[in-house]
Amino acid sequence: MALPEKPPLDAPPAKHPPFVSLFALYRTFFWVGLFSFGGGLSAWLHREVVQLRGWLTEEEFFSGYSLSQVIPGVNSSNLSVYLGQHLRGPLGALVCLTGLLTAPFIVVIATAMVYQRLLGVPGFQAAMAGVAAAAIGMLVRMALTAATGAVRGGRLGGLVPLLIIGITFTAVGILRWPLVPVVLTMAPISIAAAWSSRSEPDA
Amino acid sequence: MRDDLTALAIIIIPLSLAAVGGASSIYAPLQHQTVDVHQWLTAREFLDLFALARVTPGPGSMITTLVGWQVAGLAGALVATLALFVPSCLVCFLVSRTWNHYRGTQWHSAIERGLRPLAAGLVLSAVAVLLRLAETGPLAWVVVAISAAVLMWRPKLHPFILLVGGAVIFLAARAAGVVTL
Repeated sequence: MALPEKPPLDAPPAKHPPFVSLFALYRTFFWVGLFSFGGGLSAWLHREVVQLRGWLTEEEFFSGYSLSQVIPGVNSSNLSVYLGQHLRGPLGALVCLTGLLTAPFIVVIATAMVYQRLLGVPGFQAAMAGVAAAAIGMLVRMALTAATGAVRGGRLGGLVPLLIIGITFTAVGILRWPLVPVVLTMAPISIAAAWSSRSEPDA
Repeated sequence: MRDDLTALAIIIIPLSLAAVGGASSIYAPLQHQTVDVHQWLTAREFLDLFALARVTPGPGSMITTLVGWQVAGLAGALVATLALFVPSCLVCFLVSRTWNHYRGTQWHSAIERGLRPLAAGLVLSAVAVLLRLAETGPLAWVVVAISAAVLMWRPKLHPFILLVGGAVIFLAARAAGVVTL
């Protein structure tokens, strides 16, 4: 299977956002779309645009991630629109969204045509469950990156961001409370804490 | 056929704007409209489409593409996909635009840093929700942990290798009789 070639991994660019060609955007999002099994889409995007290419800083990415969760619609497509708009304006948003959806659109229809036969293949469902679990592992890693970044430099030695992470997770992930009221409550608190931690003199 | 396409758009566009918190919130209303109201699909067919959208790449909401495909072929698939993605993406585009306009101001930076712990909590929540959906028990937890640990150790590793690794572990477990899929 042909995998996309990656540019050199070192030296994150000095100015943000850097110039990125529309073709590079389409290609990157096309591959993310093609390989995004089991819900690891945003983790994959994080890896491609932040860790490997340095197109966005962690702060820029995760603030876009939060926005994409709050705005109605599919989170990963919202995130793609945000990333595209951030890097190349309206055209960039369009290119990222189209790139992300091209492969899944074709694959899902092609699979629908042969689905009954696939279900009969021994081990097909087990393999798919394994793929999904590995993809969830990517999400765990992304959550840890977000958490360590948030805790570092937070108020009270990172205790405040840690509390906010814990409360958000408990409310949305465990208690399954609706997302929007939780975010609308937690966001102002968290932003206020971030604001005041900035004006504190360095100890 | 044209009536079906119009009906698809009329059903899906509001779902696009009401899908707060991601795709999983559209499953219930979509099922109701396509199975109970329009009777385009049987309940069993809808479940099959749901599973199919989960095992193929892309967001789980690609189920709407499949519904469109079942209702009106390729035209239906295109209409359903556009109806789901275009309205909410337009909203997102307008918000992102305003958002980036204020880049560099102090409150913008405070908001970015303030949203970060929230994002971390939300990604963790996605992990919990997806694990619950997967229903494959302790083995899934093990694979999740291995996958995350390998990525911490080798951040540049291509995720495709991880996905194949996950599949291999599950296939081995199936051969050993640990998993009954």
